[in-house]
Amino acid sequence: MQRHRQTKWDETTSEGHEPLLSEKDSTRHEPEDTYLPDDLTRDGIELPSLSEPELVRHYTRLSQMNYGIDDGPYPLGSCTMKYNPKFTEDIAGSTAAAIHPDRDPELSQGALQVYHELQDYLSRIGGMDAVTLQPPAGAAGELTGILIAKAYHEHNGEGDEREEILVPASAHGTNFASAAMAGYDIVELPADDDGRVDLDALTEAVGETTAALMLTNPNTLGLFERDIEEIADIVHDAGGLLYYDGANLNALLGRARPGDMGFDVMHFNVHKTFATPHGGGGPGAGPIGVREGLEQFLPTPQVRTDGDEYTLVEPDESIGKVHGSMGNWLVLLKAHAYISRLGDDGLTDTSAKAVLNANYLAERIDLEVPFEPFHHEFVASAGETDAADFAKAMLDNGVHPPTTKWPEIVDEALMTEPTEAESKRSLEQLAAAFNAVSDEDADTIADAPQTTAAKRIDQTTAARDPTLSWQQLSE
Amino acid sequence: MDHEIPTDRRYAESHEWVHETDAEGVLRIGISDFAQDELGDIVFAELPREGETFDRGDQFAVVESIKAVSDIYLPVSGTIEAVNEAITDQPELINEDPHGDGWLVEIRTDDDVDHLLTAEEYEEQI
Repeated sequence: MQRHRQTKWDETTSEGHEPLLSEKDSTRHEPEDTYLPDDLTRDGIELPSLSEPELVRHYTRLSQMNYGIDDGPYPLGSCTMKYNPKFTEDIAGSTAAAIHPDRDPELSQGALQVYHELQDYLSRIGGMDAVTLQPPAGAAGELTGILIAKAYHEHNGEGDEREEILVPASAHGTNFASAAMAGYDIVELPADDDGRVDLDALTEAVGETTAALMLTNPNTLGLFERDIEEIADIVHDAGGLLYYDGANLNALLGRARPGDMGFDVMHFNVHKTFATPHGGGGPGAGPIGVREGLEQFLPTPQVRTDGDEYTLVEPDESIGKVHGSMGNWLVLLKAHAYISRLGDDGLTDTSAKAVLNANYLAERIDLEVPFEPFHHEFVASAGETDAADFAKAMLDNGVHPPTTKWPEIVDEALMTEPTEAESKRSLEQLAAAFNAVSDEDADTIADAPQTTAAKRIDQTTAARDPTLSWQQLSE
Repeated sequence: MDHEIPTDRRYAESHEWVHETDAEGVLRIGISDFAQDELGDIVFAELPREGETFDRGDQFAVVESIKAVSDIYLPVSGTIEAVNEAITDQPELINEDPHGDGWLVEIRTDDDVDHLLTAEEYEEQI
């Protein structure tokens, strides 16, 4: 069995950690005489003084003291990080892509064509009638979608009555947060015994106060909501809207469309489905799609075309802007590039491989998977072992562990999603790591990880007393 | 593992404790030693405001540990009389002294506590 090992400093001769740049060597710089008043100048500043190779080595070393998706299998899946094909970086880095986002439409017809095509691609993939590319992340897309639902109810004179949003217990935490941010009360729906939406509980919960039901399909256990059409009828009969959380869309690509299932509004996580970098820590994109009757509420502007020219249009009852310009151009460009490169057949193949890989891996590991049949992800149980300890022990076996302890519906959950990108050989490597930990004794697991550059992080102090800025470091 | 279960107070099945205070009709409420141990290191507590009114069984606080975020429920109805401000800055008090300095709120109530578990009954439950 192959085990990847991180680089680290020899712990017997040094503390083992990579110093901060300012800890290596720094010089104090005093300000020169200036005409600025004293209250606008500072006394001096400590700046690192390092050669270029020292700087390069510092960052290279940090990357080697870590484990990323370019190092090996990484079963956090599309939920957190999936492999981004490098060709999209080349396209985003090309000079043709280097345009100012607020350039006049007349001078940016090419960019507008890309936006328009992406709006069209996403509409067709989701079975939606109109798409906005503006929201800068999946969660921002959720909030935008819920604000559109709100605008719809207000338009119908029901804004005050419809004050609740229904969310299944196993939903992504962002669903609860988005609904709350939009000012809604949240009604949590319990799951039935097979891990899906409980129709009786849903029927009881919906009514004249329901604004929407937020649902992801397949759900976070990787289970397809088989009753989705009935769910849609129940929600629609009560006057509510059905919102699709696109987090798990790559299980359905080319095979089923949220619009056909009865969803009215949806968001796309382009980093989950179309391999763009994750929004956390950088610019992202979370386009949303809507069905006919909701497009007048979309954020402004929308890109339209008469066949010759692309123009920017403000929808009649737009909720306004949710981000500058059209959204994050280069991220959207990468999504466009990925969809164009794969095409209809490639995207359909993606969902097949995502589902096949998850099922192959689950079959190869010795842990119990309580809920089946699943699609692109599965939730195994670490059983008697603490899931977080199990994950740490996987690090010693040279792979990245899966998401732990969530969804809570499975005890000591290991939420595993290999994605379509992993080969059979990588899946075998992952399975070997799972099984090696299953065979380890309790003490070895409790003491893991022993081989990584950083051992157990002090999560408690990090949460109680976080150091969030460089100023705090020197306090 | 043995947990402290002081016999001077009553307990809810959902692991809150209720203790009388010197003031008539005012009860002090916290979570049990067992509950804090199950939760692990607590890093944040969201408490209600003084003057807020709740019914018995309402969620009135949220406690976040490195393992989980947990809702805390009121075993009696009433109005929040006092909030333990100390745990806002030092949530670890809940771990260190769950039955003492780690209390959460005091509530003015007309309810009695006969429906709650005695220490002996609570010990059997956990």
